[in-house]
Amino acid sequence: MTDITTEKARIGAPSAQPFINGFTEEGESLSPINSAESKAPLAGASAKSHSHGGGVGIPDSSRAGRLTSYNLADFKPLTGMEEDWRFTPLKRLRGLHTDALTGTAPEVLVTAPLGVLVETVDRNDKRIGSAAIPEDRVSANAWENFTEATVITVPAEAQVTDEISVLITGQGTEASAQHIVIEAKKFSKAVVVLDHQGTAVVSQNVEILVGDGADLTVISLQEWHDDSVHASSQQAKLGRDAKFKHIVVSLGGDLVRMTPSARFTATGAEVELLGLYFADAGQHLEQRLFVDHSVANCKSNVLYKGALQGKNAHTVWVGDVLIRKEAEGTDTYEANRNLVLTDGARADSVPNLEIETGLIEGAGHASATGRFDDEHLFYLMARGISEEVARRLVVRGFLNEIIQKIKVPALEERLTAAVERELAATNN
Amino acid sequence: MSTLEIKDLHVSIDTEQGTKEILKGVSLTIKTGETHAIMGPNGSGKSTLASTIAGHPRYNVTGGTITLDGEDVLAMSVDERARAGLFLAMQYPVEVPGVSMTNFLRTAKTAIDGEAPSLRHWTKDVKAAMAQLRIDADFTQRNVNEGFSGGEKKRVEILQLELFKPRFAILDETDSGLDVDALKVVSEGVNRAHAEGNMGTLLITHYTRILRYIKPDFVHVFVDGQVVEEGGPELADRLEEEGYDRYAKGAGAASIAAAAAAAQA
Ligand SMILES: Nc1ncnc2c1ncn2[C@@H]1O[C@H](COP(=O)(O)OP(=O)(O)OP(=O)(O)O)[C@@H](O)[C@H]1O
Ligand SMILES: [Mg+2]
Repeated sequence: MTDITTEKARIGAPSAQPFINGFTEEGESLSPINSAESKAPLAGASAKSHSHGGGVGIPDSSRAGRLTSYNLADFKPLTGMEEDWRFTPLKRLRGLHTDALTGTAPEVLVTAPLGVLVETVDRNDKRIGSAAIPEDRVSANAWENFTEATVITVPAEAQVTDEISVLITGQGTEASAQHIVIEAKKFSKAVVVLDHQGTAVVSQNVEILVGDGADLTVISLQEWHDDSVHASSQQAKLGRDAKFKHIVVSLGGDLVRMTPSARFTATGAEVELLGLYFADAGQHLEQRLFVDHSVANCKSNVLYKGALQGKNAHTVWVGDVLIRKEAEGTDTYEANRNLVLTDGARADSVPNLEIETGLIEGAGHASATGRFDDEHLFYLMARGISEEVARRLVVRGFLNEIIQKIKVPALEERLTAAVERELAATNN
Repeated sequence: MSTLEIKDLHVSIDTEQGTKEILKGVSLTIKTGETHAIMGPNGSGKSTLASTIAGHPRYNVTGGTITLDGEDVLAMSVDERARAGLFLAMQYPVEVPGVSMTNFLRTAKTAIDGEAPSLRHWTKDVKAAMAQLRIDADFTQRNVNEGFSGGEKKRVEILQLELFKPRFAILDETDSGLDVDALKVVSEGVNRAHAEGNMGTLLITHYTRILRYIKPDFVHVFVDGQVVEEGGPELADRLEEEGYDRYAKGAGAASIAAAAAAAQA
């Protein structure tokens, strides 16, 4: 297999220090998953479209050149050889990339404190499309097929202390489309939890608007049943001095593919993209994020941590961070750490940092995949700690770094318990 | 008063070339209050003996017994052995991802004692023990052995020895890789633990240097998976002068047998 990489100004991790001595730095590696399905040329599948227009353009493997369009027809059928699909087992998408998504969308139940506006609107509502534009075929397919959308609005200057809970319950395995818009108006502050439960096969678009000076946290929790397939494009657009924290927690589902992105429209904004995933036997949990630094003096910080255990547990993390020419004074760091608990699991980790200007505060990335192996276990057990406790100790410690950053006590407790369950489920 | 008894221990490992016998009949008895030094050249099987006592899964016991006050140690799992009072300070302590020293020490202490230590005393004990071993206080926040230097790892092993209070401590080349100052600090730690009077010590070393600080009651010379000579502290002095050449494989089985016979006498 050949791997075509177009290097712009990718820089290595500032210090070649893996987070655990002796841990390997996991580099880019082509997944064999889709290789048999097509002989299409690699890369170049994207087209230039700096304006949100879509259509034809110059092939470019830079993230800036990725095709974006509201029209499904603009995206070619997937072959699995596309740069952004090469790790995804398309056969397990259950038609999200090929079929009309006419199944019943997951039910949405919003519990919001007083003052927060919750509406169900049709697809012609003017807020649809205000923050996002599909970046891949599966997202465009949802855009083409959704019938109604949930719009959650946090009014200007509202300080909402209790979290806004959005319970999203799957309605079965028919391929479906879903659309959600979250808007935090200027100087407001709120936490929104997208809580995915049950069984669903769904492609979802979540548009997130963070107004000037607003402070918004969105937590997307995937605790689907094992037969679920979930593709979710969660795109955020940030105003001046806005603060946005996005947290992905993927635990359940057969295939979960999250593609969060953050775009800056004015200076002084900050994003923090966090993620925690725990894949067990047979699960495919993928996260591809994009931070688009297109204006000056914004900050981004990315940390995703994943644990894997069981045969054919597969996780993918791809972090695209683009610092455009005009984004002087940018400060960014992205890191992904994986902990492989058993043989037969695979973690792919690909940080992509593209820098088009030298006038930045800082930019760095790190990626490390470590194993919890027999020597770790021996060391802990030689101190009297039982195997079960040893394993928990390691995983809990590893994932806690993310859980502690959530800062919603009820949710932290729930996630800690969920991680314990994951450990208990496949452990013997 | 406890006794750790090793009788005619045979140990092999599986290698790509097949099974390889490393320990070829080792017998050794250690009692509470005693310090035994095991000395031998590289590759003679010292770590194999230590790891076998601790229960490392790589080592297969093909013959012989290990008992602790008559109880079959070989039947116990690794964690059971530790809870029974065996402690191995490792030659190469591993880095454990994701687990802070604080969390690790408390979890281990709780497992060994069968109950959680009183938080107030425990924190104080840890602090004091760390100070005596000249370990920076911020080490408690770091992950187990992660990024520690060779010398720091050894000190942290002795920290555990002092906190867990085992009945028998097996120290596998705790002295190697330490400068003189660190060697003193670490030796003092072992001596403190010993002075409490409830511990027997098996001190494995390649060099005699540490024996200036930790006084052995018995010295066993280990060559090619066997004890070839035994004696009191004076044997260490002779090794200091003569080295291991006398016992070299090339010297022939006869001389080793003779040396062993002399040791028996
Ligand atoms: N995994 C392994 N594969 C092959 N041989 C091994 C393995 N582990 C140990 N050995 C061999 O077993 C023998 C004893 O090793 P051991 O580590 O017990 O010696 P040692 O006396 O502790 O040496 P040192 O002084 O270097 O620490 C050596 O010949 C070594 O090469
Ligand atoms: Mg050794």
